Amino acid sequence: MRGSTLYRRMVAVSIRAQMQYRASFLLLSLGQAGVTVIEFFGIWALFDRFGRLPDWTLAEVAVFYGVVNVAFSFSDAVSRGFDLFGQDVRQGDFDRVLVRPRSSLLQVAGSRFAIHRIGRLIQGAVVLAVGLSQVESQMGPVEGLLLVFAIAGGAALFLGLVVLQATLAFWSTETLELMNTMTYGGVQTAQYPIAIYREAFRRFFTFVVPLACVAYFPVVAVLGRPDPLGSPFWFQCVAPLAGFAFLFASFGVWQIGVRHYTSTGS
Amino acid sequence: MAQIQVEGLTKTFQIAKRRAGMLGALAGVVRREHRELVALDAITFEIGQGELIGYVGPNGAGKSTTIKILSGILVPDAGHCEVLGFVPWRERRRYVAAIGVVFGQRTQLWWDLPVVESFDLLRSIYHVDDASYRRTLDEMVSLLDLEPLLDTPVRQLSLGQRMRCDLAASLLHEPSLLFLDEPTIGLDAPSKLAVRDFVKRLNRDRGVTVILTTHDMDDIETLCERVMVIGDGRILQDGSLADLRERVSPERRLIVDLEDPEVTLDAPGARVISREGPRWELAFDPRVVSPAQLITQVASRHAVRDLFVENPPIEEVITEIYDHGGLAS
Repeated sequence: MRGSTLYRRMVAVSIRAQMQYRASFLLLSLGQAGVTVIEFFGIWALFDRFGRLPDWTLAEVAVFYGVVNVAFSFSDAVSRGFDLFGQDVRQGDFDRVLVRPRSSLLQVAGSRFAIHRIGRLIQGAVVLAVGLSQVESQMGPVEGLLLVFAIAGGAALFLGLVVLQATLAFWSTETLELMNTMTYGGVQTAQYPIAIYREAFRRFFTFVVPLACVAYFPVVAVLGRPDPLGSPFWFQCVAPLAGFAFLFASFGVWQIGVRHYTSTGS
Repeated sequence: MAQIQVEGLTKTFQIAKRRAGMLGALAGVVRREHRELVALDAITFEIGQGELIGYVGPNGAGKSTTIKILSGILVPDAGHCEVLGFVPWRERRRYVAAIGVVFGQRTQLWWDLPVVESFDLLRSIYHVDDASYRRTLDEMVSLLDLEPLLDTPVRQLSLGQRMRCDLAASLLHEPSLLFLDEPTIGLDAPSKLAVRDFVKRLNRDRGVTVILTTHDMDDIETLCERVMVIGDGRILQDGSLADLRERVSPERRLIVDLEDPEVTLDAPGARVISREGPRWELAFDPRVVSPAQLITQVASRHAVRDLFVENPPIEEVITEIYDHGGLAS
């Protein structure tokens, strides 16, 4: 059985296990949707109170918001195993993964699938659709493809961040909240057009953690408007590749981490 | 030919020192001091195909560390080891496909799944083809009496039932080498017997090499032809149980029940270990005084109701090895 097939089976198992606790699943999904709805309501309230961001309409911001949140919810659903990985390491459960003849990344990813993240996904998709219907530019096949590419690149980037966070557990068994500032903080940051931030900040999110490459640049292309930062169209189209590069780099770091795994007492 | 070759295997852990109190915890965040813990200190041994080895030692002696290195989980600091022709941590995925591992402390199965679905998932993980899967599963089900458990979610199994299922799970891909890390821990007597019986058959009938760590000396006594004792990261003793007894102390025990509880036993050449009413426990060295001589002398001096000779309990032998490195005193 190939890796992808095995992954699908493990995910199916995880979903079935969660469905055994049906009430919990429903409440978690509702909660997820609720949190994100309130969050967007907050952005809307800001716009309503203070008018528009210089250069950006609410509809345009909704597109950024939608792309980032849809990408994050995909990564969040897939990366639940990495999210809780520190716990696995502390309890020595990672031993079990290592004695099986499959990629450790695949097994950790397949160990838990956060189906309740579907709440955030639906909410993000709705905001994205509404945003797109309100912006002036016309949606063609090129724009559609670019959106899918941006979301895929964004999911890869967020997944890479969570893998990096999980990798830290090999060195320190203490919880590291530091990386949450990258994931959740990253979502918060990239749901606004990155052009509104200071330059140092923009550089960080372009070259170090390339959030701008998976959200800002491709969305600017989709919106069909000139970039206030002056990036060329071709760059906006290939920028989401940075998300995948980040993901692969995180896989490399993970492999180094596995060699440092020290397990627990007995 | 040796199936497992271990040479000079060394592993040191860095343990963060924790300082007391709130200020200490804060200081620990800024600058952490480490203490080195030598878990394995250049251990060397060989294990041949088809052996059933007991690997014993006190808590913290390095048993689990050895098993974890041999099963590809941990990377050692120094030393060499080759198992089934693989260096475990270097070719992990290909290597672990050929071995089975059971941790008594944690299950290999999926907590919320019925047992049979865990097995099926493992079949996919290990690429076992349908025909051999069905054959092995049938065998396991009948040997371990799993039929009534197959549709039960793992979380509802008793510890003994779970261990039987875990044993089956570790063998679905028919490994030729099996690591059992405390497989009888916490089990009730019938479950222990079932596990022992199964392990014995597996080794005898299929020639599976078994490496067993345990604190239960009955496991060792009933199963293992060879025992390795580890303490402080070093192999203290390695040999058959009889060898170990011989080396630690050649003494035997003579237990005598006298008719008259008031009488003081007189047994030349033997040493009194304990006395409880009419029951006397004596230790003697068979090289100095033979059991027959001793019994004749005791019987000629006293009215004896019952008497028997036995070996010192294995626990005492092992404890002696832990305490004194097993050097005969």
